[in-house]
Amino acid sequence: MTEHIVLVVNGQRRELEVEPRRLLVQVLREDLDLTGTHVGCDTSQCGACTVHVDGQAIKSCTMLAVQADGSAVRTIEGMATDGALHPLQAAFWEKHGLQCGFCTPGMIMTAADLLARNPDPSDDEIRHAIEGNFCRCTGYQNIVAAIREAASTLRTAAAAPKSAREAATAASNGKA
Amino acid sequence: MTIDVLGTPVKRTEDPRFITGKGRYLDDIKLTGMAHLAILRSPYAHANIRSVDTSAAKAMPGVLGVLVGADIPYNPLPMVWPAGGSAGIQNNVNTPRVLATNSVKWTGEGVAAVVAETPEQALEALEAIHVDWEQLPAVVDAEKATQPGAPQLHENAPNNVVFVWPVGDKAGTDAAIESAEVVVRQRIVNQRLIPNPMEVRGDIGWFNPGTDEYTIWMSSQTPHIQRLLLAAFVMGIPEQKLRCISPDVGGAFGSKLICYPDYALTLFASKQIGGRPVKWVESRRENYQSTNHGRDHITYLEIAGKRDGEITGLKVKTYANLGGRLSTIGPGTPTTLYARVLSGCYKIPNVYAEVTGVYTNTTFVDTYRGAGRPEATYVIERAMDLFAAEIGMDRAAIRRKNFIPPDQFPYDNPSGLGTASGGAKIYIDSGNYEPALNKAIMMSGYMDLDKARKEAKSRGKLLGMGLSTYLEMCGVAPSKWIGAVGEGWGAAMWESANIKMHLTGKVVVTVGTQPQGQGHETTYAQVVSHELGIPMEDIVVQHSDTQGTPFGYGSYGSRTSSVGMTAAVKAAGKIKEKARRFAAHMLEASVDDIEIDGANYRVKGSPDKVKTIQEIAFALDLAYDPPEGMEPYLDETAYWDTPNCTFPFGTHIATVEIDEETGDTELVRYVAVDDVGNKINPMIVDGQIHGGIVQGVGQALWEGAVYSDDGQLVSGSMMDYALPRAAWLPVFELDQTVTPSPVNPLGVKGVGEAGTIASTAATANAVIDALSPLGIRHLDMPHTAQKVWRAIQTAKGGKA
Repeated sequence: MTEHIVLVVNGQRRELEVEPRRLLVQVLREDLDLTGTHVGCDTSQCGACTVHVDGQAIKSCTMLAVQADGSAVRTIEGMATDGALHPLQAAFWEKHGLQCGFCTPGMIMTAADLLARNPDPSDDEIRHAIEGNFCRCTGYQNIVAAIREAASTLRTAAAAPKSAREAATAASNGKA
Repeated sequence: MTIDVLGTPVKRTEDPRFITGKGRYLDDIKLTGMAHLAILRSPYAHANIRSVDTSAAKAMPGVLGVLVGADIPYNPLPMVWPAGGSAGIQNNVNTPRVLATNSVKWTGEGVAAVVAETPEQALEALEAIHVDWEQLPAVVDAEKATQPGAPQLHENAPNNVVFVWPVGDKAGTDAAIESAEVVVRQRIVNQRLIPNPMEVRGDIGWFNPGTDEYTIWMSSQTPHIQRLLLAAFVMGIPEQKLRCISPDVGGAFGSKLICYPDYALTLFASKQIGGRPVKWVESRRENYQSTNHGRDHITYLEIAGKRDGEITGLKVKTYANLGGRLSTIGPGTPTTLYARVLSGCYKIPNVYAEVTGVYTNTTFVDTYRGAGRPEATYVIERAMDLFAAEIGMDRAAIRRKNFIPPDQFPYDNPSGLGTASGGAKIYIDSGNYEPALNKAIMMSGYMDLDKARKEAKSRGKLLGMGLSTYLEMCGVAPSKWIGAVGEGWGAAMWESANIKMHLTGKVVVTVGTQPQGQGHETTYAQVVSHELGIPMEDIVVQHSDTQGTPFGYGSYGSRTSSVGMTAAVKAAGKIKEKARRFAAHMLEASVDDIEIDGANYRVKGSPDKVKTIQEIAFALDLAYDPPEGMEPYLDETAYWDTPNCTFPFGTHIATVEIDEETGDTELVRYVAVDDVGNKINPMIVDGQIHGGIVQGVGQALWEGAVYSDDGQLVSGSMMDYALPRAAWLPVFELDQTVTPSPVNPLGVKGVGEAGTIASTAATANAVIDALSPLGIRHLDMPHTAQKVWRAIQTAKGGKA
């Protein structure tokens, strides 16, 4: 037995027939081929599967796809716009915020959620915000630096008039 | 003019795919017609298999096949690094089969497998398999397993002993201890750890019935070695009929090095179902139960010396838990990689160690970041602190007094680096330990420790600082040494690289090493860019596929920069030499008159007579006008068999604060001064040190694999195993000294493991230092709040 669901994934409307037991992460990875969202555990501890559902970071291994019916879902594949990296992506690259890269998509999605709520977080606030995401490679130090840098880029862009905002985004990507 | 990028913090070329979600890890690969495999694992730590009934499972929806051990005609998995040395040590070997046949030796050993159309169908069918078990008593503690009356795992291993391996001078060490002014003894436990790469393991096996060829995609650090082991040792097929591919690997830390049963299982299953690809990806729970664990030593140490702090002897007896069966290099890890470096950076004249490898009803133990060297560092750095406490000496002063002096390199280490290896010697190549110690002391405020202790005490905190003046051995290893009597596996430890400059001047570098997050695509390109004088953007580095890359032994033991990249330097040298000869031909000059300046090949004294390497490559690829006897094309392969290992060192100083009421321990400061020789990319080096430190701190404070007495893995998920989280850690303060290694032209040593090797001892020593005012001289790790609180209560005479 399957259920009919509608998701808006990275801005695209997708209609799917899914088994009720199917997890959102399975639908993203296996049905929609969005393999940037990873699975690193089976107990909702690691955060590698973090995506946004209606603007909020959630662990997609802990949500049934049918629960997301009617929602907007954003994955790591939807972060760059028109080929321009999101400031978080640029900052992770710039600050060496990744090594093997496996936790990176989830880490970036969690950080984006933080910066939407708190545009100027302290290092302590950043470290607490990413507590639900494990990284075994970096020791977190450069991840914290990357999130701090992206926050600064985003604040600069938000404070500027639109034309300057575009320039800031361009500069951020140029630097990348 | 191309900017020289060697030694600069250039951003990583592999990152764009990872930050956009376009990395391609094993589970991201979908092949046409792919079936899925699941493994039934033993629920018991020790049991005989009376029978397995698969009939119901075979009838389940979507099931393509059900396999049990007896179906699989392959050999048991190989164990290729016995406890060796010139003494000709007996190793009582038992290795896993692809699936267990008669008995299981740990909770999680594979017993049967289902291949089905979907992963869910495979898992559902597992539940329909009925195994008739005869449960047996289990033992999980290595020391207890050797005692009379302990449950016996294997007929050929009385008292569960795999080997008893001695190294060093027993009589001399006994005499040193006998005659010493001071002897300190301590039992210490280096607890079992679970490596925890964020990507679990998995494979896709594919048998092509049209060609009789096998292909496997595997999340492995060692695709070339796996090809050799699977073909020649396990499956008995011609090596050229097997291709091994590692896609992007999401971390490994030594746990993706060894030969696992699932490799042969997916290949066999694919053949059984007529050549459809078969995918298996472990769950995290399976990863915890059946991918290798690390550490797990019980050690009795004796350290002897004079009242002035001079250490005269070190004697160590270690029980190394190797699990229920031996994995690929299980015995090599607690012997050569551990006991041969036990004396660390100290000049200790008498060293003797005896290691007993032991079977227990637990997952096999093998390489985990540092593999043997963190255990050795923990022993010697705890021992130095214990001795200093005994004679009332400052912990930095005792280290200074016993350092190998800088004028004594290369140094022949008495704990056996240079001795029991059939004549092939390894020396500590270089070192200058005191500057790193001094720098770390200045940075950390160690001189003001008493003041800091008082200040913390006023806040209800016990403050402590811990030193670790570590020595690391990496860049394994000279083949001659590995191949010495009984010390190797009939193979070698060199590395290889091939460089091709195509007609367009673009370069492809193929290598035998295998990245798992270290940024090799960037650092190899930096090296080759420097050597050939061409932009990094013109270079691509390819790896991880036995088809299309030269043979290599893979990436572990911090060996890629010192061994692998030296092969790339040598290959570039061959390219330059050929380009030089062809430039002489083009410029009508003698070869001796051609000077190389970056990409320019110029006639001495005639600055306008010049050809770039790109022009040379173009002409040489076209080969319209080659000189007599010269083959077309710039295409060179080089091999590098290192003459010695490399020996990074440094000083790490941890500062902890313990809440006296709750026992909660916080790492508040961490200073690391490392000497890893020259750096190819300092940004990447720092990243390796950061991550390494956290893995070592994790062991000191939080991590530990825990088995119940009957062999159930109690810490069986990420909910139960305490991996370090971001908010638990301070900002690490890093600095360096630079003593280039003399054993390779880059002067590099390797950095993948240094942080982990140093940080466990530094952090544990800090905890004990904080507790020392209460009269506590030692506690075993991990220093969780519960354990520390109990120790405080006991020390204060309360009930804990």
